Amino acid sequence: MPEPATTADAKIAQFPRAVAPAIKETPFIRIEGVTKRFGAFTAVSSVSLEIRKGEIFSLLGGSGCGKTTLLRMLAGFEDPTEGRIFIDGQDMTDLPPYERPVNMMFQSYALFPHMTVEKNVAYGLKHMDMTPSQRSDRVREMLALVQLSDFSHRKPHQISGGQRQRVALARALAKQPKLLLLDEPLAALDKKLREATQFELMDIQDKTGTTFIVVTHDQEEAMTLSSRLAVMDKGRIMQTGTATEVYEYPNSKLVAGFIGSINFFDATVRATQGDTAEVEVPELGGMVEARAIPGLTPGQPITLAIRPEKLTISRGKPATANAFPGKVRDLAYFGKDSLYRIQMPSGRVMSVNSVNARRVGENERVADWEDAVWLSFEPAAAILLKD
Amino acid sequence: MEAAHRSPGFRRWFNRRGWIKITIATPYVWLSLFFLLPFVIVIAMSFATRTPTAPPFSFGGDYPVMNTNHYARLIHDDLYVRAYLNSIGNATLATLMCLLIGYPMALGLTRVSRSWRNVLLMLVILPFWTSFLLRVYAWMGLMGTNSWFNKLLTGAYNWVMPADMALRYIPMMNTGFAVVLVTVYSYLPFMILPLYANLEKLDLSLNEAAMDLGSRPFQVFRDVTLPLSLPGIIAGSLLVFIPASGELIIPSLVGSSSRPMIGRVISDEFASARDWPMASAVAVALLLLLVGPLMAYTYFEGKSLEKKKAEGES
Amino acid sequence: MNRRPVFLITMLCFGFAFFYIPILSMMVYSFNGSRLATVWGGFSTKWYVSLLSNRQVLKAAILSIEIAVLSATFATILGTMAGIAMARFKRFRGRTLFSGLVTAPLVMPEVITGIASLMLFILMAEYIGWPATRGFTTVTLAHITFSMVFVTTIVHSRLVQADEAIEEAAMDLGSRPWQVMKDITLPVISPAIMSGWLLAFTISLDDVVITNFTTGPGTTTLPILIWSKVKLGVTPDINALATITVVIVGIGVFIAGWLLNRAEKAREHDIQLAYQANQ
Repeated sequence: MPEPATTADAKIAQFPRAVAPAIKETPFIRIEGVTKRFGAFTAVSSVSLEIRKGEIFSLLGGSGCGKTTLLRMLAGFEDPTEGRIFIDGQDMTDLPPYERPVNMMFQSYALFPHMTVEKNVAYGLKHMDMTPSQRSDRVREMLALVQLSDFSHRKPHQISGGQRQRVALARALAKQPKLLLLDEPLAALDKKLREATQFELMDIQDKTGTTFIVVTHDQEEAMTLSSRLAVMDKGRIMQTGTATEVYEYPNSKLVAGFIGSINFFDATVRATQGDTAEVEVPELGGMVEARAIPGLTPGQPITLAIRPEKLTISRGKPATANAFPGKVRDLAYFGKDSLYRIQMPSGRVMSVNSVNARRVGENERVADWEDAVWLSFEPAAAILLKD
Repeated sequence: MEAAHRSPGFRRWFNRRGWIKITIATPYVWLSLFFLLPFVIVIAMSFATRTPTAPPFSFGGDYPVMNTNHYARLIHDDLYVRAYLNSIGNATLATLMCLLIGYPMALGLTRVSRSWRNVLLMLVILPFWTSFLLRVYAWMGLMGTNSWFNKLLTGAYNWVMPADMALRYIPMMNTGFAVVLVTVYSYLPFMILPLYANLEKLDLSLNEAAMDLGSRPFQVFRDVTLPLSLPGIIAGSLLVFIPASGELIIPSLVGSSSRPMIGRVISDEFASARDWPMASAVAVALLLLLVGPLMAYTYFEGKSLEKKKAEGES
Repeated sequence: MNRRPVFLITMLCFGFAFFYIPILSMMVYSFNGSRLATVWGGFSTKWYVSLLSNRQVLKAAILSIEIAVLSATFATILGTMAGIAMARFKRFRGRTLFSGLVTAPLVMPEVITGIASLMLFILMAEYIGWPATRGFTTVTLAHITFSMVFVTTIVHSRLVQADEAIEEAAMDLGSRPWQVMKDITLPVISPAIMSGWLLAFTISLDDVVITNFTTGPGTTTLPILIWSKVKLGVTPDINALATITVVIVGIGVFIAGWLLNRAEKAREHDIQLAYQANQ
């Protein structure tokens, strides 16, 4: 069983700048033990979450992990088999989509093909108690927000993909929903556009103060966009926390492996002392000092995980605790950094990421093919995982 | 929609599930009443007894539970067996002919330039929009003993054959041949259109890949195009075979009265002999013969729609 | 490989000759001066004159069109509902039976549908007294029933290819199911609905067998009239009637093709516009 959300040490609890002031401590959205079954298949399995007002919260996971089903239950397109959903203290569970203060930006954008950009944005407003001039003001305001004022009379197939994405956003925001759901908001854009749009999305969220829930399979997207995120797998929430918490303090092998790349080793606990633990790692050929986690007993089998960028390569033996000899088997140069594949005497190959901070020629690299090198890492960088 | 403000309860129901229920129930009730119920009547009728009353049937009497005599007659009376064999034989032959003519045409349509293709497709569909009856009628004009077409064929025949076998005309009208020919003519678009729809979607680079790997054009056709077009072949064949086997107009107009066909038998039993139970039994038996093809059609249609849906979603 | 597919082109030529020689022959013979339908006796338009002055034919044509318009309209309403139900409502009781009911009439031999409908109408008249006689009402009811499933097929295949998310989006923006259908679903599938209506119209206009069974004295549609005439053999005025039909349909199909072509061009233009917007 995965542990519930780690309410982290003060040291690492730092929210991204854009959203920090808006967050209040009382939960704005409360998902209580929600389960969704389709016949014999359980898409979402007793999920509980609390999301604060003004957050950008991401649901991150691979395809079929239940993130989209959870989103569709929030929108009202699916009824939970069990559990309740509250928004702003109101029970939403039995309300149909058209009676919820929630709007959604669809993955396919779902723009109405027979309506102009303007009509698309105005569509949701016709069900609201507004005068025509208020309505057209709102549409104008929304189109200005997404910088599409010049395209208001175009039809969806007459604008580009990035513009369509912004129409979808403007349409979903026009009703000023309490909660905006975004289903893979950037998936259909190409890489360059995606990066620019990410920041635009954060900016718009900042301006409107709307609570966002984003579904994504892209961990980088989730980490950049969100104040907090939940990693999902097989219908369950594996871990909830800020990007930093989830990346640096994963609570399971699954989360550690899903976010970023990582080296795993089988290990055995030998001793614990304060906040450090000594574990024996046969594949590294010795003892490793790692930051302890609660509930370790000597002799207990455990997993040791080290991120590639936390490893340092050096020619000579460094004077630290965790230092092991190896040989460069392979190296890939990416420009800003390089990836090394280092083979340990046990035969085990590790991935090491090294930032190319200095501008050097090919012959002056830290290490080259077949070089004998030393790998070292700080005890704090070594993650111990019980499962 | 005006009904929506009758009462708050009704309005609420209408706004939520009500509209959906109405959308499902209206066509459902209609089809149940005017399509399903008539078939239940046909099945029940096939077990009734003919009486000289109006309507001309009754239940009970000599046969307290049900009268299965009609089914017994189906097997024992030579007329019905011959009619089934003729109809199924004709439909099979017509389907094969449609396939032989329609497949190369459909394939040819995928190989001509795009502007030509649209024109030719329109020309395939055009006869489909004109009256079925008039298309059958057109052949009556051609096949008559005095027609230019018959004279042309007779001339060609006499030129090839020795003088003592010369004919004054070729007897075409009112033959089994005429029925198959006109059936092929009338149903050919039903074969070409699904085949074309299927062949058009095939990736031509598959052909190139096969050729690149050393296949000759015929081998490419046999190994790549033909297997991939199987769904189109099945759909087209069923669309020709099923209606052709129960065809009434074509055998009535150009067929021979000494070769009974099942469609005519049903119609005659019903209208001329006023034997509703017998006509129903013949119809039920035809349906049983067609159950396999009908289920196959429903199954493949469902599958191709699911595929379309998958394509639409991606 | 740029070899011309000689065999396929030959088959196309043969096939189109097969399609059109009977029709062209019929059209030529409609201008035949001779009373014998298959012997050429000089050019004449007298069959057109006699046809157009034949009140029976005109009456039958008008009746056929009335029935076709009425039945196509109802068939379109019912067929569209059924298409939406099939494509959008995944789970309801009796869905399997429903999907059978909307497919079976497509391929059902007409004779069977004909006698089945006739027995229904006779029994209805016998036991509930409505429709009291066979004629306009019964023919229209039967036509609606067997042509609505063609509309369903067209609407259904259009809907399964359309993005269902746009309907969800409308609902998400506050529209109730009936508003979603009015604002989104129907406008998006309107081309399919129109071609459905057209197909239902032609099917009704063309039907002989089912009409033959369900009609009564005094209700003679054009196909029934032709049917009763051609059963007796080839007559020149039917050639004229056939020619008029082919010409009208030909013009209709030509206009439809031209409109489609224009829509295609407009679309291409739009795509270009979108491409420029991308720059």
